[in-house]
Amino acid sequence: MHIVVCISHVPDTTTKIRFNKELTQLDSQGVKWVINPWDDLTLTRAIDMKEASGGKITKISVIHVGDATTEPTLRKALAMGADEAIRVDAVSSDSYSTASHLAAALKELEYDLVLCGIESSDYNSSAVGGMLAEILDLYSVSSVSAIELKDEGFVVKREQETGKETLRISTPFVAIGQKGIAIDPRIPSMRGVMSARTKPLKVVQGESGESYIHTMVYEYPEPKGSCRFFQPDETDQLADALRREAKVI
Amino acid sequence: MSIIVYIEHLEGKLKKQSRELVSYASQLAEKTSQKVTAVGVGDISREELESLSRFGASKIIHCSNPEAATLENQVYTQLLAEIFEKESGEILILANSFTGKAIAPRLSVRLKAGLVAGVVDLPESLDPFVVKKKIFNGKAFAHSQILTKSKILSLNSNACEVKEKPVESEWEEFSSQVSAPKAEIVDVSKMDADNLLTESSIVVSGGRGMKGADKWKPIEELASLLKGATACSKPVSDEGWRPHEEHVGQTGKTIAPDLYIAVGISGAVQHLAGVSSSKTIVAINSDKDAPIFEIADYGIVGDAHEVLPAFIQSVSKLD
Ligand SMILES: Cc1cc2nc3c(=O)[nH]c(=O)nc-3n(C[C@H](O)[C@H](O)[C@H](O)COP(=O)(O)OP(=O)(O)OC[C@H]3O[C@@H](n4cnc5c(N)ncnc54)[C@H](O)[C@@H]3O)c2cc1C
Ligand SMILES: Nc1ncnc2c1ncn2[C@@H]1O[C@H](COP(=O)(O)O)[C@@H](O)[C@H]1O
Repeated sequence: MHIVVCISHVPDTTTKIRFNKELTQLDSQGVKWVINPWDDLTLTRAIDMKEASGGKITKISVIHVGDATTEPTLRKALAMGADEAIRVDAVSSDSYSTASHLAAALKELEYDLVLCGIESSDYNSSAVGGMLAEILDLYSVSSVSAIELKDEGFVVKREQETGKETLRISTPFVAIGQKGIAIDPRIPSMRGVMSARTKPLKVVQGESGESYIHTMVYEYPEPKGSCRFFQPDETDQLADALRREAKVI
Repeated sequence: MSIIVYIEHLEGKLKKQSRELVSYASQLAEKTSQKVTAVGVGDISREELESLSRFGASKIIHCSNPEAATLENQVYTQLLAEIFEKESGEILILANSFTGKAIAPRLSVRLKAGLVAGVVDLPESLDPFVVKKKIFNGKAFAHSQILTKSKILSLNSNACEVKEKPVESEWEEFSSQVSAPKAEIVDVSKMDADNLLTESSIVVSGGRGMKGADKWKPIEELASLLKGATACSKPVSDEGWRPHEEHVGQTGKTIAPDLYIAVGISGAVQHLAGVSSSKTIVAINSDKDAPIFEIADYGIVGDAHEVLPAFIQSVSKLD
């Protein structure tokens, strides 16, 4: 079996976000780029499943739409344990164009499972996985908190506000992972880092895809009004403020 | 032309955000002279759905296809796409929830409709159509233009004020021939729909500063006194002090209650990502420099184990 993991490349969550003066572009100076935290977890799960599969899962590919500057991120994925990386060479401007590029590349592959994360921590769109599935007319399951290879297929736990469901799904399909799919991301070992240098990193040409969305301008959040402090023995006053001023209790 | 609003419910009760979604649509409809159609799927009563006419929904469509009993993304996509087209929909509005995240992207492709997810305000301009959304987990906003004729907006909680706007509503039962594939369900476990963290108006949350699983009594007591829910930071659920369903933040649940009380929580960016849309934030922390105070509206610098019992006393004295 072949698992394809879609990874996006995002600023580390602790990075301070800055834009250019015109507020039209992210200022990437000083930004530390990482694998999107969700994709770190889905990739970890894919590798765990491969190792436990007794040879049934033969290959894990990571795929990414981006320019050459993202290659260190792909090498990191290889060092974690992916067998091959594919970079679709394109700079996409919205989720739809990203999904179209991924779909075009996937059409050239044979695969059983495509894994995506529930959202990228840059644009928080939660869109690429579902769009990709719709373009390829594949079954999709989202909010996946566990996935397991059982017999010849996959058993998936889907967790939402209202409860959990365990589903058996026939391949191929798209699973969109969230909290729980793996606990901690794998840290590449020294050997992993060495072997990543010789693993294949293929570059396929992206076409200039259609976009549905255009970002006009960015905005920083307003600094929040300053906090009003009470002394530890002024809990009566705090309760009163919440009742009369904020009107929330 | 109409604005279609997809309404979610929990065991037949409208979700808290439903009124907000319909109110958003009617405020938008006033500018565009469109009509607002609310769509509910599954086991929900006519009375419950029709209550949305108080917020401006002039048509209510109920879809009772048995194939839609569980969230099959392709089934929902087909049903909603058919309704959207039948009603000459121009804008589709839904919640940026688990369900919204599951179906909005598929609908975007199916309807060739640009999707903006995580919308926080009414559109600032209609032509071009520009709307503001949250990005970088709340560290910035983007003003996004939708280039397509049909449009999909998934709304964050508190994206607009709820305004009453009673109208007469027309009722329609809808069903369709569904052909989409379905998964085999092996097991289902339902949560108590009455006490859901994401639906609560008040949330009392504890962090590592609470110092241990056995110290949670006052958090639970305060939450029950305020008829709210309990939550926690990630390390607390990692330690097993609290069940992981309570974990809020970037990798946990996103909540937007009217009141969020953070006790012994430092306020790391990843934590704030899940709670920053709360209307009012109260922080209790022994460190006056804790970053949580930067987003809190009210704060007490002090030991949680002394402040909380006193605060509980103060709240119970209110009538
Ligand atoms: C990729 C990634 C994702 C993450 N996702 C999340 C997430 O979703 N949610 C989340 O919460 N975290 C998340 N984290 C972890 C986050 O970075 C912080 O480590 C975490 O939020 C800290 O939890 P805390 O505030 O409970 O603990 P601490 O940071 O240890 O803070 C404890 C606080 O308690 C105070 N305190 C101590 N004693 C007392 C006392 N007696 N009375 C009152 N106050 C006291 C201290 O002053 C301190 O401010 C994530 C991290 C990463 C890297
Ligand atoms: N540029 C990209 N290349 C490959 N996969 C991506 C890319 N952007 C997003 N994804 C995938 O889609 C998921 C959701 O991202 P988004 O829709 O951008 O919030 C991510 O977790 C990835 O799995």
